[in-house]
Amino acid sequence: MAKTVLSVRDLVVEIPTRWGVLRPVDRVSYDIAAGEILGVVGESGAGKSMTGNAVIGLLDRPAQIAGGEIWLGDTRIDSLRGEPMRKLRGRRIGMIFQDPLTSLNPLLTIGDQLTETILEHLPVTTAEARARAIAGLEEVGIPAARDRIDSYPHEFSGGMRQRVVIALALCAEPELIIADEPTTALDVSVQAQIISLLKRLCRERGVAVMLVTHDMGVIAEAADRVAVMYAGRLAELGPVREVLTRAAHPYTAGLMASTPLASQGRERLRQIPGSMPRLGQLPEGCAFHPRCEIAQDRCRLGPSPHIEDGSGRASCWYPLHNMEKEDA
Amino acid sequence: MLAYVIRRVFQSAIVLLIVGLVAFAMFRFVGDPVDNMLGQERTQADIERLRDRLGLDLPFPVQYWRFLQEAAQGNFGLSYRQGRPVSDILIERAPATLELAAVSGVLALFVGIGLGVFTAIRRRGTAANLIMTVSLIGVSLPTFLIGILLIYLFSVELGWLPSFGRGEVVDLGGWTTGFLTISGLKALILPSITLGLYQMTLIMRLVRTEMLEVLRQDYIRFARARGLRERSVNFRHALKNTLVPVITITGLQLGSIIAFAIITETVFQWPGVGLLFINAIQFVDIPVMAAYLMLISVMFVGINLIVDLLYFAIDPRLRVDRTGGGGK
Ligand SMILES: Nc1ncnc2c1ncn2[C@@H]1O[C@H](COP(=O)(O)OP(=O)(O)OP(=O)(O)O)[C@@H](O)[C@H]1O
Ligand SMILES: [Mg+2]
Repeated sequence: MAKTVLSVRDLVVEIPTRWGVLRPVDRVSYDIAAGEILGVVGESGAGKSMTGNAVIGLLDRPAQIAGGEIWLGDTRIDSLRGEPMRKLRGRRIGMIFQDPLTSLNPLLTIGDQLTETILEHLPVTTAEARARAIAGLEEVGIPAARDRIDSYPHEFSGGMRQRVVIALALCAEPELIIADEPTTALDVSVQAQIISLLKRLCRERGVAVMLVTHDMGVIAEAADRVAVMYAGRLAELGPVREVLTRAAHPYTAGLMASTPLASQGRERLRQIPGSMPRLGQLPEGCAFHPRCEIAQDRCRLGPSPHIEDGSGRASCWYPLHNMEKEDA
Repeated sequence: MLAYVIRRVFQSAIVLLIVGLVAFAMFRFVGDPVDNMLGQERTQADIERLRDRLGLDLPFPVQYWRFLQEAAQGNFGLSYRQGRPVSDILIERAPATLELAAVSGVLALFVGIGLGVFTAIRRRGTAANLIMTVSLIGVSLPTFLIGILLIYLFSVELGWLPSFGRGEVVDLGGWTTGFLTISGLKALILPSITLGLYQMTLIMRLVRTEMLEVLRQDYIRFARARGLRERSVNFRHALKNTLVPVITITGLQLGSIIAFAIITETVFQWPGVGLLFINAIQFVDIPVMAAYLMLISVMFVGINLIVDLLYFAIDPRLRVDRTGGGGK
């Protein structure tokens, strides 16, 4: 068993507003091991980005971590602020954003952006930093990296820019990468290349990857385990085969039925009725119960229990297959 | 690149031709130049001779062409009032205005950008809010009033600084400078604050708005996510992007400083070209007025041109021909 890189325990993110406190992330727990890709899926607004931003300490005000623990290796990082947290960013946690067209500073060459990051975190000379930058660009598949390093971002195509972004996220050799929808803004043909690049880097370097996406195809292709989020909570988490083919949580099952997977052939897609509740209007009990076909009275009353089997867990009173109940 | 420069130079030339036409029309149609030059005891023969010498009977386009030729060589004829070549008078007066404008411009630029950046970074701070409020006053008070208030406070009440004139000046081969004497420097303070204040507040507000916009961009988030220092994020990444659009407007502002100098020069009896122009109007000294008009427009157009080229130099995206190899 590879060592655990990231460990999130009962993470709560809160946004105080005039109308009360919102919880975009509510008691979320998961681990990611070295060399593992954890896929995070869920509808828009489920709290996927918030979770990632909380880990790297870049929550936008007024959102803040209000509970739980985040461990990076042996360091507890949820309580870190200011300088110590900054030194961690880029150095131990790298981040990849959705849109490569806007992620790079248009006025600096990619070489400038790479070397400044390397020099910030690693004890190397400028010449060494430049050599590392070139090596990094080669590693992510930029052809003729030595010639292209002094180019500006606008001189690259979208897919190439996302490769540059990945090189930037990896250039100080972090243990953890948070990739927030890294392929959503790209052409379909380029998406597969970027995903396989991420996968390769993860395996070769033993980096832990948190891969946020809407795309079940991406999850099936790249993730080892998958976490399904609904209204700020973790509905289900388990090995990707298990979750895709034999979901325990009714929401996951609905999500799978509503996404076209190449392997599923031409079956008619089913929509989950209704839509995810807004944060201010979460129902009592299980947040999914108003849309759930098998909901019973106790789903409406209190929080659903965490249930587990060997490899996965779900948060549901009536899982679609047998799991052991842990607590209520 | 070359085509762009040529096009811009061409446009500038057209603007100057039009202003030249206005100045020329002033000569021709505001009062009778012959009347103005010959005084009371003239004979019909004198008039004929002068008309012939001045070429007043030639077709209009030919006269305009000759006027332009002369103007291009800096020859605007004799001042009606002083009977000396206008160009001599202008050269004599120019250093005062240029020194005043330069000090105001530098003041406006540096203080404006500095305060703009400060108020953007410390958006919620008390100091920033205070500066913003005070700057509103700066924008809304008319220049002459600010000048008078400053004179009242620092010259009349406190007696620290002179209220008019340039103080002692040193003649450096035809260029009189106030930079080399204490009294010259002291005399510069109040007029340059008066002249620069409006531009300073404008630049400050512009920089602030622009900077806040830039700080919201993805590449700033990404720079933070890479663990770059706040200083580097603010000044290396954000400020440079802020300055691109600010340059154009700032350049025009600096041009208008020279034009606005008229008011300040009048309030402080500053012996520059602005004051010369005001006096020229009182005496309907057309050659001086025309020359001033041409001078100011050359300056405006020239600054505009330089600003455009600067813009070009700072933003790599506009340097299309530099794009080499690969990419899209
Ligand atoms: N300042 C704020 N005030 C109130 N609610 C907010 C604020 N910022 C974010 N939210 C809410 O927090 C929730 C979580 O947002 P988050 O960006 O994490 O969703 P997501 O799962 O990443 O969605 P997407 O797939 O669209 O990226 C959303 O419902 C959003 O509306
Ligand atoms: Mg998101």
